[in-house]
Amino acid sequence: MTSTEIKETLDRQFPGSVIENIDLAENQLELKPDQWLEIATFLKNEPGLSFDQLECVTGIDTGEEGPLQSRYNFHSMEHRHKIEVVISLDRNNPKVASIEQVWRVGDWFERETYDMFGIIYEGHRDLRRILCPEDWEGWPLRKDYEPQETYHGIVVPKIKEEEWE
Amino acid sequence: MTVDTLMNWFAKLGDFPELAFILAVLICAVPVFLFIAVYALVAIYGELKISSFMQDKVGPMGQGVGLHAGKWGLLQPVADALKLILKEDIIPTSADKKLFILAPFIVFIGAFIAFAALPFNQNIIIADMNIGIFYILAVSSLGVIGLIMAGWSSNNKWSLYGAMRSAAQIVSYEIPAALSIIAVIMLTGTLSMQGIIQHQSGFVWGILPNWIIFQNPFTFLAFFIFFISGVAECNRTPFDIPEAESELVAGAFTEYSGMRYAFFFLSEYANMFIVSGIAVTAFLGGWQSPISGILNSPAWGLWWFMSKAMFLIFAMIWFRWTFPRLRVDQLMNVCWKGFTPIAMVNIFGVGIWHLMLG
Amino acid sequence: MGVVQGDQMVLNIGPQHPSTHGVLRLQVRTDGEIVSEIKPYIGYLHRCFEKHSENVTYEQVIPFTDRCDYVASMNNNFGYVVTMEELMEIKVPDRVEYIRVIMAELNRIASHLLALGTYGLDVGAFTPFLYMFRDRERILDIFELTCGARLLYNYMWVGGVSHDLPKDFERICIGFLDYFEPKIKEYNDLLTHNKIFLERTADVGVLPPDVAINFGVSGPNLRGSGVNWDVRKDEPYSIYDRFEFEIPLGEGEFGTVGDSFDRYWVRVCEMKESIKIIRQAIKDLPDGDVFQTIPKKIRPPKGSIYRRTESPRGDLGYYIISDGSPIPYRVKMRSPAFTALSSLGEIAEGWMLSDVIAILGSLDIVLGEIDR
Repeated sequence: MTSTEIKETLDRQFPGSVIENIDLAENQLELKPDQWLEIATFLKNEPGLSFDQLECVTGIDTGEEGPLQSRYNFHSMEHRHKIEVVISLDRNNPKVASIEQVWRVGDWFERETYDMFGIIYEGHRDLRRILCPEDWEGWPLRKDYEPQETYHGIVVPKIKEEEWE
Repeated sequence: MTVDTLMNWFAKLGDFPELAFILAVLICAVPVFLFIAVYALVAIYGELKISSFMQDKVGPMGQGVGLHAGKWGLLQPVADALKLILKEDIIPTSADKKLFILAPFIVFIGAFIAFAALPFNQNIIIADMNIGIFYILAVSSLGVIGLIMAGWSSNNKWSLYGAMRSAAQIVSYEIPAALSIIAVIMLTGTLSMQGIIQHQSGFVWGILPNWIIFQNPFTFLAFFIFFISGVAECNRTPFDIPEAESELVAGAFTEYSGMRYAFFFLSEYANMFIVSGIAVTAFLGGWQSPISGILNSPAWGLWWFMSKAMFLIFAMIWFRWTFPRLRVDQLMNVCWKGFTPIAMVNIFGVGIWHLMLG
Repeated sequence: MGVVQGDQMVLNIGPQHPSTHGVLRLQVRTDGEIVSEIKPYIGYLHRCFEKHSENVTYEQVIPFTDRCDYVASMNNNFGYVVTMEELMEIKVPDRVEYIRVIMAELNRIASHLLALGTYGLDVGAFTPFLYMFRDRERILDIFELTCGARLLYNYMWVGGVSHDLPKDFERICIGFLDYFEPKIKEYNDLLTHNKIFLERTADVGVLPPDVAINFGVSGPNLRGSGVNWDVRKDEPYSIYDRFEFEIPLGEGEFGTVGDSFDRYWVRVCEMKESIKIIRQAIKDLPDGDVFQTIPKKIRPPKGSIYRRTESPRGDLGYYIISDGSPIPYRVKMRSPAFTALSSLGEIAEGWMLSDVIAILGSLDIVLGEIDR
C-alpha cells in the first residue's frame, strides 16, 4: 500500500484522528493522541496493514513554545510498506498512551524518550529512566535544558556556547 | 619406607622412639614441601609457555638464560612467586575471620599429606603403607571442606556459588575414580603402592611392558575414566566451572589475596601431581622402565616416574587450552549417568576377562 | 525487585565483569542456579551523542558516530552518510561506492571475529579467541594502511571518503582474503563442531521468530531464528544490488531453530559471504576521483529522514532532522544492540546462570552502541 492509501484506511476506521500538516513529508502522518492505543493495535492487527515491526521511536522538541513530538516508524515484513506516525503533545503536559504491550520493543524505546524529553507514556508498566541515573533532574534533550549544578556532590560540567560560522 | 629407614638410623644413635618418629617425619616433610614449591614453579612456567605456543603467542620472554636477552623467560615464575609473597594480605571486614584464615591451610593439608604415599622410586616413598592407594583416595577429599569454608567465609555470593559447585563436583567425581582403581586392585590383589608397581614388571603381549593399561581392554578404558575424573577433581577445564573466569571471576577464591591465594594455587598444582602420580602408579607402571630389565636402577626409576607424571600434567594443560567448559548440570550428567555406569561395567569386565584369559 | 522470596537470591552481574561485553549491569534473581528474572541496567557508557550532535556541524558528527559502535565503525559511518546523501540527494561516483562497500564488508568480518572470539571466551574456550584476534589484526592493518587509524576511522564522509585507496591495496586485500578463507574451516574444527560447545549452545536461549520481530531484534539474531531479512537485500542502499551473495539463515541444525548456536552459525556463514562480496568488488573496482562530490558546506534542505542500513549487529537506523542550517537539529541513532538487549529478559528467564552468560554472548551487544 502507498502512504496515501494507509492514511485513507486510517481515516475511514478512526474518523477525525488524522490531522493535516503540510510540513510533513509524503510518508509521515500526524495523529491526534486520543485514540493512539486503538489505532496502534489496528495498525498491527489489520491484515491489509500488518505493521509488525516498530523500527524506531524518536522524541522531538520543536523549539520554544512548540509542542513535543513523539514519532514512530513502522514497517511491515509481509507487505514491505512503511509509515511514520507523528504525535504532537503539549509541552507542559506531554502524555500519550504507551504501545509497549503491542510491540514489546517499545518498552525500552519509550523509556528512552521519557528519559530524554519527559514525555509520559501512560500504561507503561515500568516507566523509569534508562540512560541517565534514576535521580537525575531535568529532560536532557529538550532545547531549553540546563544541567543541574551538582549531582550527589559532583559538579556537573556545562557545554560552552561557541560561535560557529 | 623413608620414615622407617630414618627411624632405624636414629635407633642406632640412641633409644628415643617418639622423638625419633617426630624427627623422621619432619625431615621427610620438608623436602616434600620444597618439592611441591619447585614443581609448582615449573608447572606454572610450563603452563604459560605451552599455552602461549598453542595460542600462537610468545609467552614470557627475556629474563632468560642470558639475563635480559633470550626467549626463555625463566625468571617469570620466580617473579610471580615473589609478587604473591609480597602482596598485602587483605581480609574483608565482613568475612568470617577464623574460617577465612583456616580454609587455605585445610585445602593445602589435604593435598600435602597425600604425597606421603606416592612412590617416587624403589626406595623413596615416605610411608609404604599396605593400604597406600586407599589412603590417598581417602585423604584427597579433605580439600572439599577447605573449599566450602573458603566460599562461605568470604561472605560473597559469587564465592558461595563457586564453592557449592566445586563441592558437588569433587565429591561426585570421586566415585568413578575410585571404581576405576578397584579394577586395578582386583588385578594386583594388593592395596600397597609398591605392590601394585611390582605386579607390573615384565612383558605382556610380547613386546609391550606389563603395565596394567595394556593388560586388558577394560583397564585401558579404566585409565581414561580415572584420568578424566582426576581432571575434574582438580577443577581444571573442561570442568573448571567452580572457578569459571568468565562467570564467577575467581569463584571460591575471589576474596583471597597474596600468600593465601598462593596456597590455593599450590594445592591445585599439587592435586594435579597427585592425580598424575596415582594414574602412573596404578596404570602406567610407576617407576618401572618401559623395557623391563633395562635402565631400572633407582636413579632411572625416579626419572621414569617423574617423566610419566609430567607427561600426564602436560595432557591436563593441553585440555585446558583446547576445550570449552561444561555447564554444571552437564558435568553432573556426565559423572552420574556416564562415568559411574561405565566404571561399574568395567569392574565386571576386568574380572571376567582375567578369569577367562588371565 | 519487590519482595524476595525466602529461597531466592538477588545477584548482580556487573557492571565490571569479564563477560558483559562492556559496562552492563544485570540484576538477576535466582533460585539456586535457575534464573527467574533478569533486569538489565544500562547507561554506564552514555556519552550524550545525540546532544553533542546538536552543537556541531554535520561533518563533525561523523567521528561521534564512530565511537558509538566502536567495533564496526565503518558501518556506523556508512549508515550516517547514506542517510545524509539521501536527504541531500547527492549521487556519489562509482569508485566511492565500491570503496565504501569493501571497507564496510571488511569491518563486518572484523566485527564478527570479535563477536565469535569473545563468545568462545564466555563458554570457556580460550584459544579460538586468540586465533580470531590474530586474524582481526590483519584487517586492522589494512585499515591503518588506508586511513591511518586502527579502530575509529572517520573514513566515510558525506559525498565521498577521506582518503583514496593506497597503490597496492588490491594485492594486500586479496592476499588477506586468500589467507583467511581456510582459517574459517580451522575455527569450525576447533570450536564450532566441538561436542562440549554444542552442548553449551544448542537448544539454549531459543528466540522464536515472531517474538524476535516483536522485540525489534534484527541482523544475525533475527536470521538465526529463520527470518529472511537483510537490509542489504530487502531495502538495498549503495550498490549492494550489484553483488551476488546469499543470506545465511538459522536452520536448527543441532537443536531448535533460533537457539544460540544458530545465531553463532549465521555469523560464521556471514563472514564467508562477506569474503565473496569483497572479491567481487575488488574485481570491478573502477577508477575515478573520490573527492569530487564532497560538498564544500553541508546545508541540507529542511526536512527529516529515517534510513536504516545493515551493521554487523542488525538494523542501524539514523533519524536526522534538518532545519536548513549547517548544524543538525536532531540526530537519533537507532542501535540494533539496544533492542537485542531488551529481549534478553524474555529469552533468558528460566535458564541457568551459565546459560545467561552464553545467551548474552550470542546476542553480540556492544555497550557503546546501546548507551551512545
